[in-house]
Amino acid sequence: MSSETVTKNEPQDEEKLTVSRRWLLLKLGIAFNGAVGLALVTPVIRYLLSPVKRDASYKSWIGLGPVEDFPLGETRLATYVNPFRRPWDGQTAGVACYVRRTSAQQFQVFAVNCAHLGCPVRWFPQSQLFMCPCHGGAYYADGSRASGPPERGLFTYDYKIVNGQLQIDAGQMPTLSNSAKLVNISNAKGDGPCAG
Amino acid sequence: MRRIKEVYDWLDHRLQLSGPIEEVVQHPVPRNTASWWYVFGSAAFTLLLLQIVTGILLAIVYVPSAGEAWNSLNVLNHQLQLGWFLRAMHGWGSDFMVAVVLVHMAQVFMFGAYKYPRELTWILGVFLLLMTLGMAFTGQVLRFDQDAYWGLGIGASITSRIPFIGGSLVHLLLGGPIIAGATLSRFFALHVFVIPGTMLLFAGLHVWMVLKLGINEWPMPGRIVRRSTYLQEYHKLTHEEGVPFVPVAFWKDAVFSGAIIAAVAVCAFVFGPYGPSGQPDPTIIQTVPKPDFFFLWIYAALAYLPPAMETPFILIVPVLGIAVLLALPFYASEGEKSWHRRPVAVLVLCTVAISWGVLTHLATFTPWSPHMDAWSGDPVPPRYLHSATPLVRQGAVIFQSKQCRNCHAVGGVGGQRGPALDSIATRMNEDQMIRQVLQGGGNMPAYGKNLSPAEVTALVSFLETLHPLNEMPAVDASRKEVQTSQAVPEPELKK
Repeated sequence: MSSETVTKNEPQDEEKLTVSRRWLLLKLGIAFNGAVGLALVTPVIRYLLSPVKRDASYKSWIGLGPVEDFPLGETRLATYVNPFRRPWDGQTAGVACYVRRTSAQQFQVFAVNCAHLGCPVRWFPQSQLFMCPCHGGAYYADGSRASGPPERGLFTYDYKIVNGQLQIDAGQMPTLSNSAKLVNISNAKGDGPCAG
Repeated sequence: MRRIKEVYDWLDHRLQLSGPIEEVVQHPVPRNTASWWYVFGSAAFTLLLLQIVTGILLAIVYVPSAGEAWNSLNVLNHQLQLGWFLRAMHGWGSDFMVAVVLVHMAQVFMFGAYKYPRELTWILGVFLLLMTLGMAFTGQVLRFDQDAYWGLGIGASITSRIPFIGGSLVHLLLGGPIIAGATLSRFFALHVFVIPGTMLLFAGLHVWMVLKLGINEWPMPGRIVRRSTYLQEYHKLTHEEGVPFVPVAFWKDAVFSGAIIAAVAVCAFVFGPYGPSGQPDPTIIQTVPKPDFFFLWIYAALAYLPPAMETPFILIVPVLGIAVLLALPFYASEGEKSWHRRPVAVLVLCTVAISWGVLTHLATFTPWSPHMDAWSGDPVPPRYLHSATPLVRQGAVIFQSKQCRNCHAVGGVGGQRGPALDSIATRMNEDQMIRQVLQGGGNMPAYGKNLSPAEVTALVSFLETLHPLNEMPAVDASRKEVQTSQAVPEPELKK
């Protein structure tokens, strides 16, 4: 009640003046908060985006053991600890891959991740096939697509042999965005009986 | 009693809440909304509160670290008094919440409740549904086991298919190059802070709007929603014919919410907690990852899409679906509310529900996945080898050892990726079988390189015995002609 009477008694133009000054100050206050916020948020966005890096900065050469561990003509599961890791990663820092030795100096190193949606494919030496338990993708021994939903063969790692040790260029989970070198549906039969 | 009244008055004099609460409690609602059909929203909210309480109780033990999460869940399951029960309550609460939210949405859709003036209530509801599903997925991740690990891999693989920024988004999703400690930490932050915080805010606004705009009236055929007249008509329904929200409508909400919480507790007690399954060790690849119940339909859809359609489908359809849900109240903000006059809406709901049901059902037995252990675990039924020749028996051995069983069932056991072979000999003749085995095709890998000619002969001679006793095996028509012409005497042929 009392405030109403006070405002009524005050002159009109003074009230306007007060109000506009208050409004200006409020706008200044908001602008100031906006500026402080922007100054703080910009680096925080950098913080949030810090895991986004070029593929190369996550990858490095990592040893899978002496080449003698991989018998000629066979495909073996090998494991390594991811080169990029944190102390609290626990078991998840481990990575598995398939090593196929085709000759004394020639290898193929496949990611276990199915090229469809990343489930772990299993190697069946009897039928010389990789089969995926999730959606039924199948691959031939050379990694090429045999059947099922994958659009391409298994992801491969680059390898080299240093002092009798097999090394691969690894460091991140292979997906279509970082390992898609080739989509080869047309060559879906691998090197089947017709090829040779 | 007088003492309590004094305390109440003292508090209310300061809180000033009794006025607004009384207003809410006594606000009139249309008479026939005091119905059992109107209880799902409040049940969903109750479940949200249950999830928050059980979530906090779990968070005081759970360790959100990739190296320890799995162990801490096992401690909860096995070493703490009632730890297993709280995990089970949280897990079953999650399933019930998704189910109740979906039922609530279907009911609201059928009753035309998204129409003027409740468009924004629906839109917030769509976001609440998405966040509920988001909570279910991130919750599955926090159960950091094999399924969670490979489920994240599937999430990353889908994300990677987004053009141009897919790779960066995968890094952002995983918090690094692989699924590891950083991944769990960020999903923990999402599951515990970001999504629930937003959900509480949205759910608060959602309920606020229901109270301020009034609950949707029971739809009557012919009672058309018009912007110009609706508010007046609604006012009549509430203020002239209406009933007070409490207790006339609210007692049903209360009973149903209580029943739902009791059902969660019973399920939790009887069925126990979900997992954790195997430890999240990526080097253990003997695993068959499977998503939780409410994501099974996606799992099935991804198996059945033609490969070339898959990327466009998984990137475009969800966006379109959400856009349609958000646009719905603007497209149809006026008009009929009754399902008796909205056949398209009824058909859409039925189609979605049936598709969802079929896909979910299929995903419970995954006919598209090879059975990884069938070749060594499921023998050929002995009756198929009675009085079989040595060659046929050898063929049966090859049939097992070359993992044919992983995709082909015999005697009702084995994979269902390919056709069951119990009567294969009636459908294919010898030459066709040889061609199919060697060259594959129609989703079957080619075995040409992995079978010697002798093995192929044995395998096919086994397959040729697979036909019902009363059905002849298929033969090449021309060969049959040759055989009969040799057998039949010359004069008869001339007739």
